[in-house]
Amino acid sequence: MTTPTGEPDGIDLKRFNQVFFEECAENLAEMEHILIELGEREPDHEQLNAIFRAAHSIKGGAGIFGFDDMTVVTHVMESLLDLLRNREIPFAPGMIDLFLEAGDAISMQLAGHKEGKPVRQEAIDQVVGKLQQLNEGACAKESCKNPSPAPSLTARSAAGSLLPLRYRLTFTPDPEIFNRGIRMESIISELAALALPGEFACRASLAEVPQLEDFDPGLCITRWHFTLATAAAREQLFEVFMFAADEEQLQLEELPLAGQAELPPSAAAPPLSEAETASVGRRAYDSNEAAPGAFGRRSVEAESSIRVNVAKVDQLINQVGELLITQAMLAQIVMGLDPIQHQALQRGLAQLERNTRDLQGSVMSIRLVPISMVFSRFPRMVRELAAKLGKQVELKTIGESTELDKGLIERITDPLCHLVRNALDHGLESAETRVANGKEPTGTLCLRASQVGGRIVIDVIDDGAGLNRERIVAKAQERGIPCSESMSDEEAWQLIFAPGFSTAEEVTDLSGRGVGMDVVLKNVQAIGGRVQIASEPGEGSRFTISLPLTLAILEGLSVAVGTEKFIIPINVVIESLQPKPDQLKSVNGKEVVQIRGDYLPILRLHRLFHLEPEVLAPERGILILVEAEGERGAIMVDALLDEQQVVVKSIETNYKKVEGSAGATILGDGRVALILDLTELFMMHRKS
Amino acid sequence: MQRANAVSGQQSGGEGSSEYLTFTLGSESYGIDILKVQEIRGYDCVTRIANTPPFIKGVINLRGVIVPIVDLRIKFDVGEATYHEFTVVIIINVIGKVVGIVVDGVSDVVALPAQSIKPAPEFGASLDTRYITGLGTLNDEMLILVDIEKLIGSDELQIVDTTAENPLSEVASV
Repeated sequence: MTTPTGEPDGIDLKRFNQVFFEECAENLAEMEHILIELGEREPDHEQLNAIFRAAHSIKGGAGIFGFDDMTVVTHVMESLLDLLRNREIPFAPGMIDLFLEAGDAISMQLAGHKEGKPVRQEAIDQVVGKLQQLNEGACAKESCKNPSPAPSLTARSAAGSLLPLRYRLTFTPDPEIFNRGIRMESIISELAALALPGEFACRASLAEVPQLEDFDPGLCITRWHFTLATAAAREQLFEVFMFAADEEQLQLEELPLAGQAELPPSAAAPPLSEAETASVGRRAYDSNEAAPGAFGRRSVEAESSIRVNVAKVDQLINQVGELLITQAMLAQIVMGLDPIQHQALQRGLAQLERNTRDLQGSVMSIRLVPISMVFSRFPRMVRELAAKLGKQVELKTIGESTELDKGLIERITDPLCHLVRNALDHGLESAETRVANGKEPTGTLCLRASQVGGRIVIDVIDDGAGLNRERIVAKAQERGIPCSESMSDEEAWQLIFAPGFSTAEEVTDLSGRGVGMDVVLKNVQAIGGRVQIASEPGEGSRFTISLPLTLAILEGLSVAVGTEKFIIPINVVIESLQPKPDQLKSVNGKEVVQIRGDYLPILRLHRLFHLEPEVLAPERGILILVEAEGERGAIMVDALLDEQQVVVKSIETNYKKVEGSAGATILGDGRVALILDLTELFMMHRKS
Repeated sequence: MQRANAVSGQQSGGEGSSEYLTFTLGSESYGIDILKVQEIRGYDCVTRIANTPPFIKGVINLRGVIVPIVDLRIKFDVGEATYHEFTVVIIINVIGKVVGIVVDGVSDVVALPAQSIKPAPEFGASLDTRYITGLGTLNDEMLILVDIEKLIGSDELQIVDTTAENPLSEVASV
């Protein structure tokens, strides 16, 4: 609760901004999570406290970093929550939505500060207005019940303890307190504001004076004594120190009030009704203490974590990759040695291999985060969409703890949102239709994630009407997308991924805002994934996205051309074959291969990359059929070597972009091999 | 790598003398600022890259980092571009890039007082005078001092991409 510091006193707060942004986003997510979980139910005390804590942490952080606009919203929100928490106003179901709106307003402000996105001030003002209305409504009631001279902020909390009380407060700060960006003068002025006029005294005593040569001006060596009379509740006094002190650093004693010193302790008790409100307030604070992080700082939670720069993790991954290569090299050398003479060496090396593999697994897992990071946004989206569409939808999420690479998480969110929107808008029927078809009125949308082998599989399943084959084929024909009535269901479903299939004609408010399924497919393919569709009329549809575990590792087919080796990403490979001479044709001087009625262009890798191949005749080499962004072709290589997982490295770190490559990797023998980018290869082929 | 950068930053303080790594290209002796040199290694395991000028020999794996290799002998048409077990690659770390340059041989590290460095003539070296900071004298032999940073960053070597970033490249550069 430090007041915003305009001048950051020589400490560059900018570098902490990122931490604040992250924490703020986490707090917002937590708040939203609780609110959504509540639905329309009244939150219990624990939940209110949790929301309050989240709002308070944001406010505190925003204050310290000088984002005053955010403090304004969080402050009114916090006030309202405080009223609710102390049962001073009744809970109304509309409040949940209001809090959600406030959360949105704060995220908008956050995005504004973080990425410079535009902030719609009128939306924020509206939310603040609504919150304030509720606050003021409550305050008005308070003030007619017990006319109090104190201004708004203290007026309502004064309800906690109405009689002014005298306190002695001793604060023994942590010597490092100034380094945390906390300033004593703002604490003092905040306390003074709580005190009754003329009833505030502050004294500093030196806790321990070091020798002059040991004296560090950056450390706080003073202990602070405050004596004040205030109408504010104890917890308000504690709140002043929320970010500055741990509980054990504060001592609060109640002193007899100057004028009432002669009153016996029992007589100090205020009239009954007020005593009750006071004790409720106090109890609220007590139960608060039991909750984790009640005192502003998060205490140790069940799962503790540290923040690490991604670059450091990547460096670690690189180094482990190097270790693996070194180990493979050693293994190769030892293979050539006499096994009887060097038995111990071989044993040791086998152990080294196991250890390095384990190490690689652990290091890779650092980048992995649970998919609940993505799934958690859907309850709210589904709730709002269902309300808009007038449909009844139940959302189920399965396998939320499935882990995948953080980079993937960020890039799978949009395609998943699109699929969920589609399922709600086009897939699930309205309650009436469902009942008429003999189904439950409430539709089910299921998000399921699981790890299958080296891939992550995410299913979006709805029990709606299913895809309409006739309509899809008819529409594809209308749009001039090649198709036929006799194609299999799987092929028919693939039509919806064709560019231009979804057009502006069917734009609704929700799905199909000009972004078609082709974009979903493109985005998923860009991260090495695939999309499959299964659908049964009247039973529903299932969209399955399968992704590699991580972006840093790619599953590839290694191929040889002359002395060079290349990696072809496995997700573009359809099949590989050695063609028969009668399959090879020529169209306009370009070579094509006929496979099951299709004519595919042959891309000679050695020609595109100017290499000396070992085989020149396609019927003696290998053709690898590939498909990328809807384009198919056959890549001609000398030989297929292996299917392997490779660590993707950037060439551009030290060199410019290499045409036809999507990066490089390091093979077991320590050499560099290029990873092919099929889309670019097709482009190079067309140019040649 | 980062430390090397930091050090090279401080170096411009202009002390009395600077240290140079000297190497030969054909019959000429060259010197580069030692603080920009990361390491020296042999020439092996270079993976060719298609559609690049002949002086770009390809890329190597330098402990997990992919590093392009430039043969200055081909670029400046001096000496003979042969590769054997004594061929030397100097790994340079400048402008945030790690680049290897192939030379005929590394001779020594020498300290040259600033006043002994003469301005470069308009001609006389295989290297364009734009990249020559001056001429030093060492044991009665001429030493051509090269501004390696300028050379690596130049359009001529085509190591630094001057065109806009390709969005596809981001996928790969994890």
